[in-house]
Amino acid sequence: MGTRHVIDPITRIEGHLRIEIEVEDGKVKDAWSSGTLWRGFEVFLRDRDPRDAWIITQRACGVCTTVHALASVQCVENALGIQVPDNARLVRNLIMGAQYLHDHPVHFYHLHALDWVDIVSALNADPKAASDLAYSINPNAPKSGAGDFQAVKEKLAHFVNRGQLGPFDNAYWGHPAYKLPPEANLMAVSHYLDALALQAKAARMHAILGGKNPHIQTYTVGGVTCVADLNPDRLGQFLYILREVKSFVENVYLPDVLAVAPFYLDWASIGGGLRNYLSYGLYPQKGGKEPENLFFPRGAVFDRDLSKAHPVYEGKITEEVTHSWYKYTENKPLHPSVGQTDPWYTGIETETDGKYSWLKTPRYEGKAMEVGPLARMVVNYASGHKPTVEAVSGVLRKLGLGPEILFSTLGRTAARAIETKIMADAMEGWLNELLGNIKKGDMETCVDAPMPDSAAGFGMTEAPRGALGHWINIQGKKIRNYQMVVPSTWNGSPRDAQGLRSSFEEALIGTPVADPKRPLEILRTIHSFDPCLACAVHIIDPRTNEVYKVRAV
Amino acid sequence: MEQKEFMEKHKMLYSLDRREFMLFCTKIAAVLGLAPSFIPKIAEAIEEGAKKPSVIWLHLAECTGDSEAFIRSTYPSIEELVLNILSVDYHETIMASAGDQAEELLEKVMRENKGKYLAILEGAIPTGTPPGPGGKPGGFLTIGKRTGMELAREVCSNAFAAICVGTCSCFGGVQAQYPNPTGAKGVEDAIGVPTLKIPGCPHNVVNSVATVVNFLLLGSLPRTDKYGRPLFAYGKRIHDHCPRRAHFDAGQFVEKFGDEGAMNRYCLYKMGCKGPQTYHNCSLAEYNDGTSWPVKGGHGCIGCSEPNFWDDMAPFYERLPDVKLPGVEATADKVGFALVGAAAAGAAVHGAYTFINRGKFRNREEEKE
Repeated sequence: MGTRHVIDPITRIEGHLRIEIEVEDGKVKDAWSSGTLWRGFEVFLRDRDPRDAWIITQRACGVCTTVHALASVQCVENALGIQVPDNARLVRNLIMGAQYLHDHPVHFYHLHALDWVDIVSALNADPKAASDLAYSINPNAPKSGAGDFQAVKEKLAHFVNRGQLGPFDNAYWGHPAYKLPPEANLMAVSHYLDALALQAKAARMHAILGGKNPHIQTYTVGGVTCVADLNPDRLGQFLYILREVKSFVENVYLPDVLAVAPFYLDWASIGGGLRNYLSYGLYPQKGGKEPENLFFPRGAVFDRDLSKAHPVYEGKITEEVTHSWYKYTENKPLHPSVGQTDPWYTGIETETDGKYSWLKTPRYEGKAMEVGPLARMVVNYASGHKPTVEAVSGVLRKLGLGPEILFSTLGRTAARAIETKIMADAMEGWLNELLGNIKKGDMETCVDAPMPDSAAGFGMTEAPRGALGHWINIQGKKIRNYQMVVPSTWNGSPRDAQGLRSSFEEALIGTPVADPKRPLEILRTIHSFDPCLACAVHIIDPRTNEVYKVRAV
Repeated sequence: MEQKEFMEKHKMLYSLDRREFMLFCTKIAAVLGLAPSFIPKIAEAIEEGAKKPSVIWLHLAECTGDSEAFIRSTYPSIEELVLNILSVDYHETIMASAGDQAEELLEKVMRENKGKYLAILEGAIPTGTPPGPGGKPGGFLTIGKRTGMELAREVCSNAFAAICVGTCSCFGGVQAQYPNPTGAKGVEDAIGVPTLKIPGCPHNVVNSVATVVNFLLLGSLPRTDKYGRPLFAYGKRIHDHCPRRAHFDAGQFVEKFGDEGAMNRYCLYKMGCKGPQTYHNCSLAEYNDGTSWPVKGGHGCIGCSEPNFWDDMAPFYERLPDVKLPGVEATADKVGFALVGAAAAGAAVHGAYTFINRGKFRNREEEKE
């Protein structure tokens, strides 16, 4: 019997997550992942105007923001059977692309990097050697002269000498699992700061077409509202910010991943977890119907078999609550559209044999699936998606490794960087298509969306963190039933009735833990998934009209 | 000290580019409504504090949208805010430590800075009791070993001041809308500690930064309205400063998204804009470094800085009743209280309306300040 350790709160994530691990002989033997916040989205969506759903569901997450907006307008449009104008498709693709270009670098530098980078060690770096290192990885590295790194080092020293370490206080500095030399640490600190400035600028792409960021406000059922901003001035601004961010991805983000990876190659065989991958696909291309017209294909890969991507049917998705703080009338998995609501909280200090999370447990064909950047790259690769095959092969060639290293903590982190590059490349094409339409005088941005008395539909897309589905049932022109099955529910959910673990828990098995009191290694693998719990904790409405009662204090 | 002399004295001391820094100070002075003579004082207040004010930022029932909004700050940059202006000692989204180390840190910061730190709150507090054997008040949210409610009470009652960012911590927000299944409330409502409120969904970072600068400059928090919102940002209605106001007055409206009126940036009142009932400075400050705001994006305001807006302002695509239309198209569905005229006289009327939302959601009482 190993020893039990709880990490709560897990920080540098969105939302409230608790991880409990059992450690034996310096390795994780078992793990339990708990979402510790419940907000009840589907309950308050009932009886609302279906046109308002996207505004409400967008507030499920302030990090992914637009992804719920998109899944929501798509599910209503699917119910209404309407096709949005080409310009709306392009604006939505550009807004989604901007989301990824903002979100992935923020994850890498501000949420994940400190698991690999020892900031304190950077104080011992030789700026000249740091400069040599940067240029050896990328001859075009910006702001990488010895003077640049000297300035960052001084800034860091000034900060540390003032004695208030703020967000960097009481961390794991000096932990034996940190392997980077001081120069690589200094380079990473420098890019941590550059990425902070860049993300504020990247968010302006959203503001140009979305009105503001986070939480855009230019979608509407039937299209987009920003017709007056579809002019050369605004789109020119968008283009130049896009190019600046793209340059950062190519010259800083991706090279940094390649620079750090060789020091942590052991992590290419740690944290693999599940063997099945699911992606709903995203970015509709001109003409055709979903899912055939998606730039990133929809598909599933089983048992890590990269030779075949299987088609995905939404009817095969189920959720169950064996270990979740809910009760079903019969304990069996249910399709989201017929799920039930009955919270049953047994307490946070409870035995992990019972219920231990506010997250339900989703399955596809009864199988646990990993979702997210790695799943997308795996599904794309298995589908023969050309830009993915080229980008993945290029990275593997530089590292001198085979595709099997993808199935790991390091692979997940690399997959995120690779797809950012693929998307950045695609965005300029959509912008040109949009300009082409405008040039032709096509300014159509929105179609009428008369609300039928009753209808049902679903919207499927990919959030940065993975497969996202919204389901709606409309009756009397109002929302009768609304459900979301979200990425961090797939990845962070508790085990199922058969005791099979979901992604977070499975990926932790076998992870080395040098010092359970300072569980840096656990954070590495958990952060590689980019957990985002705000939208993962929600409930499914029952078919009955009943909303359960809660005692208020 | 003269501005020039001041700049000379300090120019080598700090990493931020001087021109950008003074530009930031000018912007802050404008947001706060201060005279230009305050600009050097703002700069000094930010730069000279030997000990940076300690900040404990709590995440409650929320979506992290307000943290995301906060890190979009460009003047000053978020780097400057986090490294040189504030000491952000506890913030779960950015802090390096986790688990026990994070909890230890929180205890330490509270102990060492008792009565002096700023508590910044993001998210509502679920006060309801989940059904089941583990159910206790506030049990819908636990952080470490405590409920969100217990944690917020401890952090807020030992703070110099508690500042709510975003509508959730101010008024309960999205999860508090009918039927409010978790009993979510704004922080002040839930734990009885008075808070300054910077609502918005999420809030605009220029307003939280201006509030912090006010604190650094004067050692106090800015003047507020009766809901606790700073008057500099929430003293006037969107409608009063809307660049599309002239079209409202001329009776020129967008009739349908994407139409000729939309291309000409006509008034969005008929598309459901809640600007006439929303106190917020969006049209003046805009978002993301002055890039845009929802009405510029062609979509109506949803009233996100108002208490209970999720219930009171929905459905978002239906026009507000009782707003008298002026000019040639004075054909409002109902002619009610003369909101527009009263607002033009100085915007002293606060939410003076009764908006019954399809008879289903809360009724809002007519109220005057």
